[in-house]
Amino acid sequence: MKAVKRHPRLVIGLVLVAAFVILGLVMPPFAGHDPRDWNTFPKHIKPNPAHPLGTTGLGQDTFWLLSYSLRNSLILGVLVGFFATLIGVTLGVFAGLKGGWADRGLSLLMDTFIVVPSLPILILLASLLQGRATILIISVVLIVFNWPWPARQIRSVALAMREREFISTAWFSGESTLTVIRTEIFPYISSWAVGNFINTVLVAIAVESGLAVIGLSSLQESTLGTMIYWALQYQALLAGRWWWILPPVIAIVVLFVALFLVSSGYTQYATAKRGR
Amino acid sequence: MTDQLLSIDRVSRVFTIGSIIGGTHLQALEDVTLSMDGSRPTILSVVGESGCGKTTLARIVLKMLEPSRGIVRVDGKNVHDARRGLSDAQFRRTVQPIFQNPFDTFSGRKPVETYLYQTAYNVCGIKTKDEATQVIAAALESVGLDLRIVGGKYSYQFSGGELQRVSVARALIPRPRLIVADEPVSMIDASMKINIVNLFLQLKQDHGISFVYITHDLSTAYYVSDFIAIMYRGSVVEYGPLDLVLADPLHPYTELLLRSVPVFGEKWTGEIGMSDLETREYALAACKFAPRCPYRREICAQRRPPRVERAGGREALCFKPTDYREE
Amino acid sequence: MIRIQDVKASYFTPAGEVQAVDRVSMSILDNEVLGIAGESGCGKSTLIKVIYQFIEPPLRLVSGRVEATTRTETGETAVMDGAALRKAWWQYISYIPQGSMSVLNPVAKVGSQFLDAVGKSTAFKNREELYSRVTGYLRELDLPVDVLKAYPHQLSGGMRQRVIVALATFLHPKVILADEPTTALDVVVQRGIITMLAQLQRREQNTLVIVSHDMGVHYQLARRMAIMYAGKLVELAEVGAIVESPLHPYTNLLIGSLPRIGDHARRQGIGGAPPSLLNPPPGCRFAPRCPRAMAACQAADPPPLEYRPGHFVACHLYGEPRTGGA
Repeated sequence: MKAVKRHPRLVIGLVLVAAFVILGLVMPPFAGHDPRDWNTFPKHIKPNPAHPLGTTGLGQDTFWLLSYSLRNSLILGVLVGFFATLIGVTLGVFAGLKGGWADRGLSLLMDTFIVVPSLPILILLASLLQGRATILIISVVLIVFNWPWPARQIRSVALAMREREFISTAWFSGESTLTVIRTEIFPYISSWAVGNFINTVLVAIAVESGLAVIGLSSLQESTLGTMIYWALQYQALLAGRWWWILPPVIAIVVLFVALFLVSSGYTQYATAKRGR
Repeated sequence: MTDQLLSIDRVSRVFTIGSIIGGTHLQALEDVTLSMDGSRPTILSVVGESGCGKTTLARIVLKMLEPSRGIVRVDGKNVHDARRGLSDAQFRRTVQPIFQNPFDTFSGRKPVETYLYQTAYNVCGIKTKDEATQVIAAALESVGLDLRIVGGKYSYQFSGGELQRVSVARALIPRPRLIVADEPVSMIDASMKINIVNLFLQLKQDHGISFVYITHDLSTAYYVSDFIAIMYRGSVVEYGPLDLVLADPLHPYTELLLRSVPVFGEKWTGEIGMSDLETREYALAACKFAPRCPYRREICAQRRPPRVERAGGREALCFKPTDYREE
Repeated sequence: MIRIQDVKASYFTPAGEVQAVDRVSMSILDNEVLGIAGESGCGKSTLIKVIYQFIEPPLRLVSGRVEATTRTETGETAVMDGAALRKAWWQYISYIPQGSMSVLNPVAKVGSQFLDAVGKSTAFKNREELYSRVTGYLRELDLPVDVLKAYPHQLSGGMRQRVIVALATFLHPKVILADEPTTALDVVVQRGIITMLAQLQRREQNTLVIVSHDMGVHYQLARRMAIMYAGKLVELAEVGAIVESPLHPYTNLLIGSLPRIGDHARRQGIGGAPPSLLNPPPGCRFAPRCPRAMAACQAADPPPLEYRPGHFVACHLYGEPRTGGA
C-alpha cells in the first residue's frame, strides 16, 4: 500500500498493463477455437452471457477476437520496442565513443531515417504487399524507422561521457571498451533506455493501428487496428453495432494510457531512487 | 646509452573548431620538443598559464589525444603506434596519469577500490583476489592510506586531498616508470597541497618513478622539480635545470612569472605592464610573447624567435639572449 | 566602519544545518585593506555574503548582526544594517563575487551591461553623460575604452576581471568586498589586478575587504589579515605581525606549508582534513589536527581574545592577554 501512495502512476499503469497482458497473452489459448475464422457463430448478436461482447459481422466472437488481436498488437509493440531500443542504444554508444568515420557514417544513417517520413514509405510498402504483410514484416519496418531516435540521444550522452575523466581512468585501469560501456556508461542510460522502450511500444502500436484502420496492415493477422478496420468496413458504426467497434477503440485508448502511466511513473520512480 | 624515458619530438597539435567549411584552426601546440633521461628518476615540471597548451601536451603524452605532427616516444617506442611501437598493455604498465579533479577521476557510482582492483587484475595481470588485495594495500600504504578505511567507500565520502591520494595509489599499482600529473594539486587546499607534492618526491626516491608535473603554480614547481619547461601559447619558451632557470631566466616571460608570484613575506618589486585588448592579429610569423614583452625589439614582431641553447642543457625561444640577431 | 557582531550563518540543506559561519565578530575600519584568508569551507565567502547582506536561501542569518557606520557629508553619523545596507548596494558597498568573470551576460556588449547596471542606481541625466563619465573612469584606470564595444568572450579573463572591478568601483563606494578576485587568472594578470585594487584603494581611501585562499596575495595587498578555519575566526592581526609571530597553531602550520622559490627546505602540510560543518566537534574545531592540543581544547571552544594590541587569537594556548594595555 505504501508503494501505491508513493508511486501511484507506476503502480496503476503496471496493474493495467498486467490486465492487458493477461487478456492478450494468457487467455487466447482458452478460446477453444480460432477467433479469426469467419462464420463460427451467428452474426451481429448483441452481448449476452454466451458472448460477453457479442459477435461481429463476420461471425466471430468479439471477446475472443479482441483477446487475440490484443496479443498480436502487444507482440508487435514489444518486438519493435525491444529491438529498436537495443539497436538504437548500441549503435548510438558505438558512434559516440568511437568517433571518427564510424560516427560520421552512423550519424548520416540516423539523420536520414529521422528526416525521411515513415508513413509514406509504410503506405508504399503496404500497397506493394497488398495485404500480405505479416506482423513480422510490419515490425521490421517499424524497427528500421524507430532505432535512430534513441541512437541520436544516446550518441550525445556517449560523446559527453567520452570526455569525462573517469572513462580515461577506466582505460588506464585496463578496462576494454566493451566493459567501459557496460560498467560506466550503461548505468547512466539504463533507466532512460527503459523509458524509451515503453515509448516505442506505444508508438509502434499506434502506427500499426493507424495503418490498419486505413486498410494497409496485415489482412490475415488480426490486431486491434485491423479489428477497427473490419468493423468500419462492415458499417458497424452506422448500424449501431457498438459492441464490435467500441471494444478495440477503448482497448487502444486504455492501453496507451496504461503505457504512458508506466513510462512517466517509471521516470518518477527512477528519479526518486537516484535522488536518495 | 640508455634510451630516453620520454621523448617528445617536435609535437604539434591543431584543433579545428566548427565545421570543415568555415571553421577556425587553433594551434594548441607548436613544435614542442622535450625529453627525460631514463638513467635516473627525474621530475620535469611544465609550467604555464591556462591556455598555454600544457594540458593538451599531457593528453598527447597520455595517449588520450593524437598529435597533428611529431612523435612521442617512451623507452624509445612510439606511443601512438600500437602495432609497431608501444602496445596499449605495455603503455599502461609504463605510464600512468593523475588528473586534476579527483572527483572526476572516479565515477561516483561505484566504490573507488573497484578501480584499484581493476588495475591490479587488468594491467598487472594478477589472477587471485588475495594477491590483488595485498598489492592494493601496499599501494595505499605508500600514500599514507589504509585499505581497511578506504574499502567500500564511494568517491564522495572522501575529502579532495584524500581522494587525490587514492588516485596516486591507483597509478602506482602497475609500478610505472612515469607518472604524468596534470595540475594534481590545483583543486587541493594549501595545507594539503604540500603533502601531495611531498608524496611525489618520496615516490621518486623510494620507487624510482619519474614525474611530468604540469601546473600553473611556479612555487610548487620550484619545490618539486629537477627540470622545468615554461610554456606560452603552445610553445616551450624556456627549458633547463630548475635552479639555473629560476635563478637566472633567459626568457622575458619566465622573468615576468617569477616577479609576479605573490610571496608571503616579500613584496613585489618593480613594475609590470598590463596587456592591452586581445588582438588576434599578432602575426604568426613573429614571437607570440612580443605584445607583452618589455624587452621587445623590431625583429621580434617580424620573425620567429630562434631556439637558443646555453650551457647546462638550457634552451630558450627568444631573440634577447642572442642580442637580437639570428644565431 | 563595519562591525560584525557575533554572526552565525548557516546553510539549511536537506542533509542538515551546515554551520558555515559560527559566531564571528570583527571590526572593519575605514581606509584599510583587510584580507580574509582560509581554506575551502572555512566560511570566508559566506561571511562576505553576510556583510553584503546577500543572504538567500538556503543561507540564513541565524543570529548576530552587521552594522555599518558612515559619516555623511554634513558630518553626521548614520548606522545601517540589514535592509538599509541592501539599499545601499553599489553606492556605499560593492561586491565582486567569486567567479565574477562569468557574471557578465555573454550575449550583450560590455558597454551596455555597464551602463545598465550603473544607470539603475544613480540619477544621471541622460545616457550620453553617463557614457562620458564611464569612459573617463576607464581611462583613469588605464583601461582601453574599446572594451565597451566588445562582447565578454572577446576579452581575456584578466581584462574581464578589470572591467568588473571598474564596474564595481565606478560609483566610488566606501566599501568594496572582493571574493577571490583572482582565482583562475594566471600570476601575471593576478599581479595586475591586485595592483589595480591597491591603487584604487589608496586613491579613494575607502575600505577593501578581499577574500582569498592565497596567503601571498594577502601579503601584497592587505594591512590586516583575518584567518578563518571551519567557520571560526582563529586569528586577526596586522600582516606584519602574522609574518613575524603567528600565534595560532593553524596559522603557523599554514605558513609553514607554503613553498617558496629560492628555498629548497622540505615543508610539511597539515594531516587530516577540516571537520564537517554539519556536525562540528565540540570544543576547538582545529583540535583534532593540532600538534599542541590540550585537554581543554576538546572541551571548550576558545573565544578570540586580544592577546597583544591589535592581535586577536582564538586558542587556549593564549588564555590570558599579555599585560600592557589593549
